[in-house]
Amino acid sequence: MSLEVIWFVVMAVLLTGYAILDGFDLGVGILHPLARDERERRLFVNAIGPLWDGNEVWLVTFGGALFAMFPEAYATIFSGFYLAFMLLLVALITRAVSLEFRGKIASDRWRRLWDWAFFGSSLLATLLFGVAVGNGIVGVPLDAHGVFAGRFADLLGPYQLLVGLLAVALFALHGALFLHLKAEGPVQERLGTAVWHVWGTFLALYLLATIYTLLLVPGAAANFRHYPWTGVALVANVLAIAYIPRALFLRRYGRAFLASTATIACMVFLFAMAVFPNILLARNDPAWSWTIYNAASSRKTLTIGLIIAGIGMPFVLAYTGIVYWTFRGKVVLDEQSY
Amino acid sequence: MDVVLLSRLQFAFTIMFHYLFPPLTIGMGVVLVYLEGMYLRTLEPIYETAARFWTRVFALNFAVGVATGIVMEFQFGTNWAVYSRFVGDVFGSALAAEGIFAFFLESGFLAVLVFGWDRVGPKMHFFSTVMVALGSIFSSVWIVVANSWQQTPAGSHLVAVERGGAALVRAEITNFWDLVFNPSTVQRLVHVWIGAFILGAFFIMSISAWYVLRGRHEAFARRSFSGALLLGTLASLAALVSGHSQARNVYRHQPAKIAAFEAHFTTGRGDLSLFGVPDERAGLIRGNVAIPGGLSFLLHDDFETPVLGLDRIRPEDRPPVLLPFFSYRAMVGMGIGFIGLTLLASILHWRRRLFETRWLLWVFVFAVGGAIVANQAGWVAAEVGRQPWVVQPPVVRGPDGSPLLDPDGFIQYATATVTAPDGTRREVVAGLRTRDGVSESVTGGQVLTSILLFGFIYLLLGALWIVVLHHKILAGPEPPGRRQTPDLLDAAGAIARHRGSLTDPRGGAA
Repeated sequence: MSLEVIWFVVMAVLLTGYAILDGFDLGVGILHPLARDERERRLFVNAIGPLWDGNEVWLVTFGGALFAMFPEAYATIFSGFYLAFMLLLVALITRAVSLEFRGKIASDRWRRLWDWAFFGSSLLATLLFGVAVGNGIVGVPLDAHGVFAGRFADLLGPYQLLVGLLAVALFALHGALFLHLKAEGPVQERLGTAVWHVWGTFLALYLLATIYTLLLVPGAAANFRHYPWTGVALVANVLAIAYIPRALFLRRYGRAFLASTATIACMVFLFAMAVFPNILLARNDPAWSWTIYNAASSRKTLTIGLIIAGIGMPFVLAYTGIVYWTFRGKVVLDEQSY
Repeated sequence: MDVVLLSRLQFAFTIMFHYLFPPLTIGMGVVLVYLEGMYLRTLEPIYETAARFWTRVFALNFAVGVATGIVMEFQFGTNWAVYSRFVGDVFGSALAAEGIFAFFLESGFLAVLVFGWDRVGPKMHFFSTVMVALGSIFSSVWIVVANSWQQTPAGSHLVAVERGGAALVRAEITNFWDLVFNPSTVQRLVHVWIGAFILGAFFIMSISAWYVLRGRHEAFARRSFSGALLLGTLASLAALVSGHSQARNVYRHQPAKIAAFEAHFTTGRGDLSLFGVPDERAGLIRGNVAIPGGLSFLLHDDFETPVLGLDRIRPEDRPPVLLPFFSYRAMVGMGIGFIGLTLLASILHWRRRLFETRWLLWVFVFAVGGAIVANQAGWVAAEVGRQPWVVQPPVVRGPDGSPLLDPDGFIQYATATVTAPDGTRREVVAGLRTRDGVSESVTGGQVLTSILLFGFIYLLLGALWIVVLHHKILAGPEPPGRRQTPDLLDAAGAIARHRGSLTDPRGGAA
């Protein structure tokens, strides 16, 4: 495997880690309006309280790794999707602020304001991530120098929006299953019902997006023909999605959450296989695309980066493990809670 | 609309807002480690009370710092795409190290620090505090490495890469450790840390002094003030030593920057201007009151040795003078003020009269503003003084270490020969001008939109931060052994007699 391919795999792993971890806390935000009273709203927020910040670091690291290892792609994507990134930044700041500030002043209005901000920013961020993935699959207009040559509206085609909605449904499902594990009593029962609706919506969007991709984005399936073994991920994906209702029926909620985790991992893998070896496809002329080869840093940087990642990743996994272990079990609201 | 100017304004505005928080976090992190360490050693509850209170304030600062920090990481790509293509390979390693070693460490253990008081033992909590403090220090290492490389590039070379038939030039890494320890890294890093310690110390002294003046939480406030005063005094003295040594280093590697700091227009004996307003067009300082030869003495230990002036820099390579001149003076002036202030307070403290000297405590309530100004002004001077370069090319020097002048009598910047894909070779300057670094595809209208957006959001964020900080200060530290006043919600929860958690009613199905 060449260094470029290894880094493509590392990026995919970082993206998977981000989607799984921040996926459930964005999902909790999307489901937040389901909470009926102040106690339930606090419960929702505190289920992710100690975790969301660390989860977001996966995105920061993904962005940093893209800048470091594929600077040309980073430059084109970030400058080309200018307004989209500004909206994403606003959403991420609003989310952080609403979590941090909602409980600081004992006023009902103040809290309700931040609750809606939390919901809106979680929804917007998830939708934007989905739209970005959609654009990754269909490609964007680039010029001969690999500079974005379209307009903001070019990024918002029907396919991209469909993938955006799919991402919202996926994270909502993942978040609902997470909350179900963290909650108790009547809230948990209500979540149990909601999960079914979310799962149904997700399934419908998943089928629609799959058909749309196969019919209208011919390039996306090329790698699957080329590397037939990747079909395993497709089968695993379908099985994982199908296992969720079974696990719910059997009341094995931990397994249902694992199944949605596997679903996300499979979907990121399928996305990576759909674009490989491109990082950003030029839809007007594929020869102008940014691939992992022409967008990469020098071999020296790729090597140093791998050494750093090799030393650092065990620590990262250890910290993540310690934090999740410390905050395991049902949510307990105490004086440190939000 | 001028994309370059707007992008620079946006960068300046967002980085200055962001930089209110990281130095506070670094400085307060050290204090938290001290307080929790003392608690573990002495088991005096007052230390725990203090640690809990300052942790709440720390978490607030940290959250705003993270939220505004993501903006910085994204902004390189959104607004400075050409710059990102140029530096990506070199920044790569530093940035990867920052993400992996620093960010995960900070954010992971911050959760334990803030939410884990009742979930982990005091030793594990102390360990988490140390990790968070280390994480914030680590992150400052890598970002200062990257920025220092922009001031004094090393460990890299220029390479032409083919793109759409044209040759683009970018910097590529040749030696990781040369890059990390480029000529300005260590000096600048030490100075940044000292600045952070000063700000952290003054922040804590400000709030503590206010408590003492109001007669609230006195024992706690005195203890906090004394600890912070020690840190503040040592850091203020260290800033002088580090600043002096750093200025000499800047003169050696970036003579144009020192000339801008000191408005030294003409090469010759360097006077140290105390008051005055530089006039760039006329090339002199109006209303100048100066120590003759003062600058020469500071740089060369001799009042007569000539100092290179802006006249030795090609006109198109000259930095602006007004902003670096005044911001540099603001930083140095504040720094000297801190030394006077902290020494005076230390002497009074030694004589046991500090907490009766009310006027001085009032000065400390507001002195934190000066510490913020000094930190910000120092960065403004460093970054504007580097202009018109975003990556400044190294100065060509002769065997004796002094800059070699070209036939026109100007300082020469290093060049590099790059080979294009078609085999043609050309000579390029070994740096990147700021105006060449902006994104190709971004318009002035877009940048204006995002400036307005961030302007609005940050205004709100700043106001919220102040409101919540104010609330926390008013609420104060809890007296040891007693929980915070319960609010209505806790009262309601208590009535319902829940067990374990709020959603587990006592005597329920289980």
